[in-house]
Amino acid sequence: MLDQKKLIVSHAPFWHNGSRITNRSYHTMLAALPAVLAGLYYYGIPVLGVVCLSVATAMLWELAINLVTKRPVTIGDGNAALIGLLLAMLLPATMPWWAVITGTFIAVVVGKQIFGGIGSNAFNPAALAVAIMMISWKDLFNFDGMLLNYDFDFAAIYPLALAKHFGSASLESLRMGDLLMGKQIGGLGATFGLGLIAGGIYLMLRGFIRWEISLTFLVGVYATALLFNLIDPERFVSPGIHILSGYTLIGAFFLATDDSSSPVNGIPMLLYGIVGGIMTVLIRNIGAYIDGVILAILVINLVNPLLDKIRPQALGKVS
Amino acid sequence: MLKKSFFGLSRSRIAYELLPARQPEPDKVMPSKKVTLFHSKNGNQNAPASFQAGDKVRTGQKISLFADDPAYVISSVTGTISSISPHTGDFGKTYSAITVDIAENEVLDDQFKQQIQTPDLAGAVEFLSFAPGNPPLSVLSEPETEIHTIVIMGADSDLLIGTNQSIVKSRLDAVKKGIGVLRDITGIDKIILITAGESMQGFGHIGAQVKNIDTGYPAALPQMIMKSVLGEVVPAGKTCTDLGVCFLTAEAAVSIGKAFNDGQIPVRKILTLVTKDGNQRLIETVIGTPIRDILDRYGVSINEEDRIIFGGPMAGSAVYSLDHPVQPDTNGIVVIDRSDAAYASDYPCINCGECVRTCPARIQVHMLVRFLEAGHYEEAADNYDLFSCIECGLCSFVCVSKIPIFQYIKLAKYELDRAKASETMEATETTEVTEATDA
Repeated sequence: MLDQKKLIVSHAPFWHNGSRITNRSYHTMLAALPAVLAGLYYYGIPVLGVVCLSVATAMLWELAINLVTKRPVTIGDGNAALIGLLLAMLLPATMPWWAVITGTFIAVVVGKQIFGGIGSNAFNPAALAVAIMMISWKDLFNFDGMLLNYDFDFAAIYPLALAKHFGSASLESLRMGDLLMGKQIGGLGATFGLGLIAGGIYLMLRGFIRWEISLTFLVGVYATALLFNLIDPERFVSPGIHILSGYTLIGAFFLATDDSSSPVNGIPMLLYGIVGGIMTVLIRNIGAYIDGVILAILVINLVNPLLDKIRPQALGKVS
Repeated sequence: MLKKSFFGLSRSRIAYELLPARQPEPDKVMPSKKVTLFHSKNGNQNAPASFQAGDKVRTGQKISLFADDPAYVISSVTGTISSISPHTGDFGKTYSAITVDIAENEVLDDQFKQQIQTPDLAGAVEFLSFAPGNPPLSVLSEPETEIHTIVIMGADSDLLIGTNQSIVKSRLDAVKKGIGVLRDITGIDKIILITAGESMQGFGHIGAQVKNIDTGYPAALPQMIMKSVLGEVVPAGKTCTDLGVCFLTAEAAVSIGKAFNDGQIPVRKILTLVTKDGNQRLIETVIGTPIRDILDRYGVSINEEDRIIFGGPMAGSAVYSLDHPVQPDTNGIVVIDRSDAAYASDYPCINCGECVRTCPARIQVHMLVRFLEAGHYEEAADNYDLFSCIECGLCSFVCVSKIPIFQYIKLAKYELDRAKASETMEATETTEVTEATDA
């Protein structure tokens, strides 16, 4: 019995498909990268500053909370970095440093860690941070004002603001191709539609985000905007502009699909996306805010637990 | 090890392996010095045993240790009992481990032949419960459970394992004999043979309905077969037996047929050995053979922290010792290198929903696991369908956070059973009205 080898008695199953949280985080960041690089191309070095500061401070806030609450250090899973990156993508390129740090504080500490860390957040942390900052410092999210000193080689317009204040006639010269290529102003990583769509398709194909949510979100935006446009084409812009401007694409592919705050069942996912899309256009067209994506996502985050009650009956359930 | 496919648009499908139609004869592996038999222990722990160390036993001899306990084992070799020691299995199940040193000459016991002149159910219960394949004969004989259907599994429920599939392919005549004997002794007419991905040719004479099942895991689990083949859904918390359906492996049917045909209780078990390199071998060995002997035969080296699994990779159980013996229901032994084995983590659920979308029982696993982690087993059972679980292990397999969900579920079921058992014991011991816990 002396040559007894120590075997490990673990439990079934003895296989795992190899998926990991780090993979999810890093692949999502990878998918977001084209849009960030386009931002770097259009807005220059300040983008680098905002993105780096945002990612770094998001991770530092997470580390600080880990240490204060004496829990295992979780910055290695990449989730804090992802939150930092997504938050940065929503900000204008000229965001002051203190606002970025405050933003990541709200996102990581208030949005995620207070609820109990990864998987427990009721709201998308980045969306929550932007919502609070948008209400607190309105001027910082006035993209026209924030990017005033830039000299672009394209018409520097923020389509949603123009549409809101001057109706659809003001956007007649706008070409869809330009919007898709990011020739508009907005969040530093939110304007390059082509990159966001490519990233989104990659994530959907790999199964990191659910196509049910992203596609129905876009369908919701398109259908509602189309209805408004049909009723009053003077006042309400065409659905294509709604899809390609503001936070619509980043919201559909990166914010609404956050694991923790989105449903897991089929029908709830479809409803969640549709409601998000409808709310977005309602807020944009008849609400007080210029862009409704952030608030719409917070609303659907809020109804997510309720939606997920629509579930299939378990096998052999005795009702 | 199976990995997540590159594309993840829909839920991934894990398929059972289908064996070629012609099967090689299994390798015969004999125990070198001793065998160990696990005699299950139900009654009084300290009752005097009817066998002692030093007693001689013959091949096929029935060893029933305790007078008040119907459990028994069948000695698979001829030799001398060298020790009888307590052994604890999974989830606290207690056994007496009877070790028999093998003598040089094999002598066959003839008690079975003498007592059983014509095949009948009582005789089978008396002698064949420890036969290879572990036939659940007591279930068939109990009057309370009205069994009306016998399902013979010619497919293996776990991945990588091909034991019963191979038996159906290579020993169809023996299976047929077993089915005939089963029909005679039980009087049950409805016998169904389950095959995996089989062409229906050549089964016309088998004497049972032959049903093919899907080849996607976990189609060969009893509850899934109940649904797909018999069209009945097993209610949560009930078993297939409660619905009058008894599941037997093809090997068990063969054992029963062979025993009554030859007048000798079979002691040789067929199993699938899967080594670290993924090589699958069909081997035939004596019940009670320590795994050490089998691994030595094929030169499988075992390092510290490797896993040796009885059963398959999805729902098997790991053992801690190379002396662990092959048991009547051991259909497979899988050796996994430490670097290939899955480790669990204590990370929280991130609510990605992979488990919910993969669960064949449609359980809201992401909610269930939160209650199980907190130890709220009763709430998990009442509101989140704990007892609908068919124990396939897919939820743990796909979990991004590597939460040991399957283990949590098994633990919860065990704890609830234990609480229920102690409640009924209290209720019978005292006349006091105990507080109802499931209010």
